[in-house]
Amino acid sequence: MRAFVREASKVVVIPGMNCDTDQIIPGRFLKSDRAQGYGQYLFHDIRRTSAGALDEAFPLNQAGAETATILLVEDNFGCGSSREGAVYALVDHGIRAVIGPSFGDIFYNNALKNGLLPVRLPSEICHSLATHLAHAKDGEVVVDLQAAEVVLPGNLGTHPVVIDAFARDCILRGLDEIDMTFTFMEHIQDFEAKRLASHPWLDR
Amino acid sequence: MKAALDTPRTLLGKIWDEHEILRHPSGPSLLYIDRDMIHEGSFHAFADLKARGLKPRRPKQIFGVADHYVPTRGRTAQDAATPAIARMIETFDENMQWGGVRHFSLSDRRQGIVHVVAPEQGITLPGLTLVCSDSHTSTQGALGSIAFGIGQSENAHVLATQTLWQLRPKVMRVTIDGVLAEGVTAKDVMLALIAKIGAAGAGGYAIEFAGSVVRGLSIEGRLTLCNMSIEAAARFGMVAPDDTTFAYVRGRHYAPSEQEWEGAVAYWRTLASDEGAYFDREVHLDAAEIAPMVTWGTSPEDAVAIDGLVPDPARFDSADRRKSAQKSLDYMGLKPGMALQGLALDKVFIGSCTNSRIEDLRSAAAMIKGRKAVIPSIIVPGSTQVREQAEAEGLAALFRDAGFEWRESGCSMCAAINGDVIGPGERCASTSNRNFVGRQGPGARTHLVSPAMAAAAAVTGCLTDIRRNGGGVA
Ligand code: SF4
Repeated sequence: MRAFVREASKVVVIPGMNCDTDQIIPGRFLKSDRAQGYGQYLFHDIRRTSAGALDEAFPLNQAGAETATILLVEDNFGCGSSREGAVYALVDHGIRAVIGPSFGDIFYNNALKNGLLPVRLPSEICHSLATHLAHAKDGEVVVDLQAAEVVLPGNLGTHPVVIDAFARDCILRGLDEIDMTFTFMEHIQDFEAKRLASHPWLDR
Repeated sequence: MKAALDTPRTLLGKIWDEHEILRHPSGPSLLYIDRDMIHEGSFHAFADLKARGLKPRRPKQIFGVADHYVPTRGRTAQDAATPAIARMIETFDENMQWGGVRHFSLSDRRQGIVHVVAPEQGITLPGLTLVCSDSHTSTQGALGSIAFGIGQSENAHVLATQTLWQLRPKVMRVTIDGVLAEGVTAKDVMLALIAKIGAAGAGGYAIEFAGSVVRGLSIEGRLTLCNMSIEAAARFGMVAPDDTTFAYVRGRHYAPSEQEWEGAVAYWRTLASDEGAYFDREVHLDAAEIAPMVTWGTSPEDAVAIDGLVPDPARFDSADRRKSAQKSLDYMGLKPGMALQGLALDKVFIGSCTNSRIEDLRSAAAMIKGRKAVIPSIIVPGSTQVREQAEAEGLAALFRDAGFEWRESGCSMCAAINGDVIGPGERCASTSNRNFVGRQGPGARTHLVSPAMAAAAAVTGCLTDIRRNGGGVA
């Protein structure tokens, strides 16, 4: 997994509460091979007009947006389906962190496993940031996971990144969780032997 | 086991403690996973395993079933809508064979939607931990298990280790007391709950459903409740196992045998939340206040009673909500103040892991009463077994005679990735769980309803209050 330590970037604001994973990547693209990259499918339908052309009003289609690596989103971003394709699409597009008031739980976990940092900030702060960016599009945000803080532009201040210690350590080090879990294999095997003995129907 | 014996514990707490191999100093538990259910979307996890030179560690505890991409007009991969979709089904079969994983492929009589099949086969049991790389795995907590959806990275972790690192969620108890009115189903209860607490309302929580209504529900109704927990952002939905559960489970293929039965039930009886157990949040619903529900927007929280009106976004309390509601109405082609009842529809879909079990089909059939579907209406049973049972009971013939299309089982128009789609701008009454923008096809407009409401809509061509005319339709 790619580590996440610190990222400084302009920010693209993605509007809409409850932006579900179907919006992030429509289901019909999920059968694609990851090797071809999922970035091309990011927000596929909502960034286009009904005629299929890129919609200039969609923030990600505006000049300068292509170099941004941080998104600002609204409440409950990534709710809905467990499709990890939503995270692949963001990552393959080059997004490294997503800031918002709350995230779908499975999306949040999927993001962490792919080196994409979801940053929960209180609603008021997200709103102030959106208002600020509406006037100062190039305002830079720094997400510093080492220091566990986000530095916002203008006079919006510095805010703590609240994340559980285990997840923070894994993503900071780019740790491979499967390899790490294998170091506990003796415990797993002991536990499993007892469990299967008392629940023999699990082993049929 | 690890908590002091006299500390009252919740259902979730008891099963969690029982499965905690160890706790990491920084917080999460390493949980033992009893069962992993997989479907066609698992190809990423298999690619990951192959790249690492690993195989599924405990193939006997893994079950595969083809559902998301399967055709509903035939039972071979060649019947798939496109060659690319056929390829998904074939890849799945290949991966199952490669991994030595037991699987119910397209032509198997045990095939169906994963969350319908697992309880049906006795794979889901009280007291187990069960995962599936699908958000609606919450469905399966209805039998008194910890069941939750995971992504493909987590799936690869389970396949490789039969464990997962998880933070223990908080628990919200949702108590539903009283008596449900005629025509009000588990689906309506959930739409009412999500409208009340919001689509993000249970984020970070496991929901335990309790109260007289829940006790009185069949397992199928409880599966519907737990199914839609995820639409309120709860990853888990649970109901404490009771006699209804034990009667349902007994004799199913992967359940404990008759010799093992008494011991298993004795243990399962200890799982209910203790008197005085602490819940992080309590929510109460009065059954009498719940009407048959319908959604008007593009989030399951956008639900009102069928005799209600499309709300005015200007009256929502937050600016974000006003903006989102207006966007939903534009997409749905609705105006504030419009009556939902009588709204003309283009299609009806009865299916999905929310509402495609035999009781759902019976309740849909009861609404038809000799009338004909006046708009294209399809019924996709949740499993091949449900399909066979409906055929044996004469329901299939009744649906066919009424002009409904009677299909083979699968996810079909719920996720619209197998080629069954609603056209752009078309309006569909659907028994599925998500009314998201584009969920049933680009530009498709979805109204979530119960099976009875969907069947009534099919024979009237519009959203219809099933309480009118003594439970029949106008
Ligand atoms: S029926 Fe729909 S919600 Fe259920 S598993 Fe299939 S796609 Fe997911």
